[in-house]
Amino acid sequence: MPDNPFRRTEPRPVPPVAASASEKTIPLVINGKSFFHNGDPDMPLLWYLRDVLRLTGAKFGCGIGACGACTVLIDGKAEPACLLPVKALAHREILTIEGLAGKDALHPLQEAWIAEDAVGCGYCQTGQIMAAAALLARKPHPDDADIDALPNLCRCGTYPRIRAAIVRAANAPVEAKQ
Amino acid sequence: MNFDRSRRRFLAVSTGAAGALVVGWRVQAQQQLPYLGARFQAQQLTDFVRVQADGAVLIGARGCEVGQGVKTDLPMLIAEELDADWSRVRVEQLSYGYIETDSGPGDRYGNQGIGGDGTPAAWEQLRQAGAVARWLLVQAAAQQWRLDAATLRTEAGFVIAADGRKLAYGDLAASAATLDAPASPPPLKDPAQFAIIGKPMRTVDAHEVVLGRTEFGIDTYWGNALVAVIARCPYPGGTLDTLDDALARRVPGVHRTIVLPGPKPDAPFDGVLAAGVAVLADDTWAALRGRDKLKVAWKADAAWANDSNASLEARATAVLDGTTGATVVRNDGDFAKAKKAPRTTTLGARYQLPFLAHACLEPPCATIEVSTDRVVLVAGLHDPAGASHLLHVLTGVPREAIDIRLPRAGGDFGRRLHNDYVAEAALVAREAGRPVKLVWMREDDLQHDFYRPFGIHALTATLERGKRLTGWSHRVAATPRNWRDSRLAGNPPFSGVVDADAFPSGLVANLEQVFHALPCGLPRGELRGGAGAFQAFAAQCFLDEIAVATHQDPVQLRMDVLGAPRMLRPGFDTGRLAGVLRIAAGKIDWQHKPKNGHGLGIACHAGAGAYAAHAFEVSVEGNDLVIHRAVCAIDSGRTLNPLNLQAQATMATLGAVSATLHEAITLKNGQVQQHNFPDYPLLRMGQAPHAVEVHSVDSGADPAGLDDVVAASVAPALANAVYAATTVRVRKLPLLPELRRLL
Repeated sequence: MPDNPFRRTEPRPVPPVAASASEKTIPLVINGKSFFHNGDPDMPLLWYLRDVLRLTGAKFGCGIGACGACTVLIDGKAEPACLLPVKALAHREILTIEGLAGKDALHPLQEAWIAEDAVGCGYCQTGQIMAAAALLARKPHPDDADIDALPNLCRCGTYPRIRAAIVRAANAPVEAKQ
Repeated sequence: MNFDRSRRRFLAVSTGAAGALVVGWRVQAQQQLPYLGARFQAQQLTDFVRVQADGAVLIGARGCEVGQGVKTDLPMLIAEELDADWSRVRVEQLSYGYIETDSGPGDRYGNQGIGGDGTPAAWEQLRQAGAVARWLLVQAAAQQWRLDAATLRTEAGFVIAADGRKLAYGDLAASAATLDAPASPPPLKDPAQFAIIGKPMRTVDAHEVVLGRTEFGIDTYWGNALVAVIARCPYPGGTLDTLDDALARRVPGVHRTIVLPGPKPDAPFDGVLAAGVAVLADDTWAALRGRDKLKVAWKADAAWANDSNASLEARATAVLDGTTGATVVRNDGDFAKAKKAPRTTTLGARYQLPFLAHACLEPPCATIEVSTDRVVLVAGLHDPAGASHLLHVLTGVPREAIDIRLPRAGGDFGRRLHNDYVAEAALVAREAGRPVKLVWMREDDLQHDFYRPFGIHALTATLERGKRLTGWSHRVAATPRNWRDSRLAGNPPFSGVVDADAFPSGLVANLEQVFHALPCGLPRGELRGGAGAFQAFAAQCFLDEIAVATHQDPVQLRMDVLGAPRMLRPGFDTGRLAGVLRIAAGKIDWQHKPKNGHGLGIACHAGAGAYAAHAFEVSVEGNDLVIHRAVCAIDSGRTLNPLNLQAQATMATLGAVSATLHEAITLKNGQVQQHNFPDYPLLRMGQAPHAVEVHSVDSGADPAGLDDVVAASVAPALANAVYAATTVRVRKLPLLPELRRLL
């Protein structure tokens, strides 16, 4: 038995793969960085993010775009990554939860999520935050109906705190927003 | 003293803490601290508490975090008695700890299981661990100052002398680590002195979670592990008939397939594993494409091939109409005689509950390496000790060489009590001869869950002079829990379905609780609420029906049944239940019934030393139910963390709202009909009340688990509110489809 009980789940992930460009590769822009996919062009973005790049913030929940756990932003719009084949995403701007925070500060939604203690098990929350980010980008001061329309599922039932966090972020001082 | 061992420990941690000096406690392998638990030895103290030279405190969290807040709340117990500065505490997840001692094998860190009992079990033990660490730091300061330890006090990471001198824990850690732990337990604090317990503390992992950095089980990536998905037999107890995997094996990235034999009723680990074909590939997408290309045919188990909801309903009705084949769970007084008593009227009603799935948002997942002398497992687990035992039985590897690491888990609700996915992963990895990450898809999860049982409840009450409750009969025809699960063969068939102590047991002179088994092939298990929630819907709706029929107030009727405040039996104080009922009624403004088409409904429940009541204000608008207000009153003893208490009560309430309104697993032709969220809809943001108004009574009693209790009173309170708003009585769940049918 290893002696240190505080260990993490090593072995750690292998480093992300950034293949070089060739005729058959698909150029992708993820969180501002360029990647080239040379595997199955039908692979959904979710599995490319997770299994190839080891960006695991987007979660698998249903595989059919029904739960929102894998929500990412494509050109600023919230989309389920499990339904998007990589081949449809060449040169589109892909933002995942890993790219949401600024260099020195969390996104106001991330700050608000912590302040409202919105995390239950935590599994759906990255998708919830990305969906809320798209909403705030589209409508900086959403009303109740806008929040009601968010489609993401939370099995734990943290909806009231998610709602409070979105309202808090919407009301955060302007300079704190990105 | 074993220097090598302590040195390894020291180095391992120093690296993890970015160069900061970390000091464990003196390793005295054989020093027993019986007051910390039967198998607790001094060296385990280091696993729970370490003080760094810079003053930071590392606290080990022993339970797997599934969203209950145990990773925050349990370390608070240690930090409290340590008098740590909470802002300098860093919580680290402990692995599963197995230990062989002179008194036998056991759990190195105490009970690492989770669920309703996670906190109560820890209340004494973990505070004591913190107190021992504090005692050592105080002794070290006393030696340094040459003062009597009794003259020193501690506060927020410092030992303070009577003259005001201070020593930081970080500066004392090295010398404290050389001392022996006290032979008898140091005294615990008077609760009036608590500085951390009872204060609102945020989720310790929140920062990592919102950045997407937290590792859940599904986020485990080992460079050499293959991803496995399994095509499972859709018939309970069925077997593989024919398989052609040629096309599957041709999918780029697919390595091979592995056949998992069907259920083995006498297998030591689990009789309910489905027959299946595993597809192993380089990545999840390739494995899924390979699985799609399998040509596979299954054989149903003839015993269950024709199971359907219709046949279950017919069988339940038949046994409830008859009088034979029943198991009497409780029989107080003489119910039959009460029915024949003079001036007695009889009321009756039947209620139906569906199979329910857990549908944890993170589906079951396990990453495992099995070799001849070692097993390493990473998985979100409810019962890591059970997983350890299971892996030992399956692989023959000694338990001390089975290394189980606990990532955060995306929900549990009772699903992860079962280690079926661990068994599958181990069988596949052993056959493959290399590490495997087994991932379940949502369809796998909804089709192969351990479902909350299906049942029909027949309730009958006798009332003297049309008012006073003299008799109560609660007969349940239900699918017995854990059917086919050999581990539970010794349990009574009604366990988890009928609770002998269910309300109003002990409160009505003539009372019977009766169970009729409806054998069925589906694996069944516990879902948040357990037997309590299963029975409370029927009992608490029926109380409302009695109140309406006899022109009594539903709250007053419950108060009358509860009677004078007293300890009815250990763990059940009628006064505490009446207390939460009174709060819920007050907060929903029970005395002023709304006149705008809204209706108020209330229900209460007690179990395992915790008490809850719910009150809802609802209206039916068109085809939809609108929940205007949700009130939850709870008394679960002393509040460790009010912020988490509120979160847990809210989440358990909304989880139960989801199940009540929408959820049902149905059977047809021996197969589960639901596949994914479109046909197993969960509560959405727009359907949830904007807030759950949680009111807690901090009674000062020892903390009790609250999830199960809170989950039970939701369904009846909602159904009672729907009746108040519409005069439509819903006796069958899920509520929304039934309400639409009745309107």
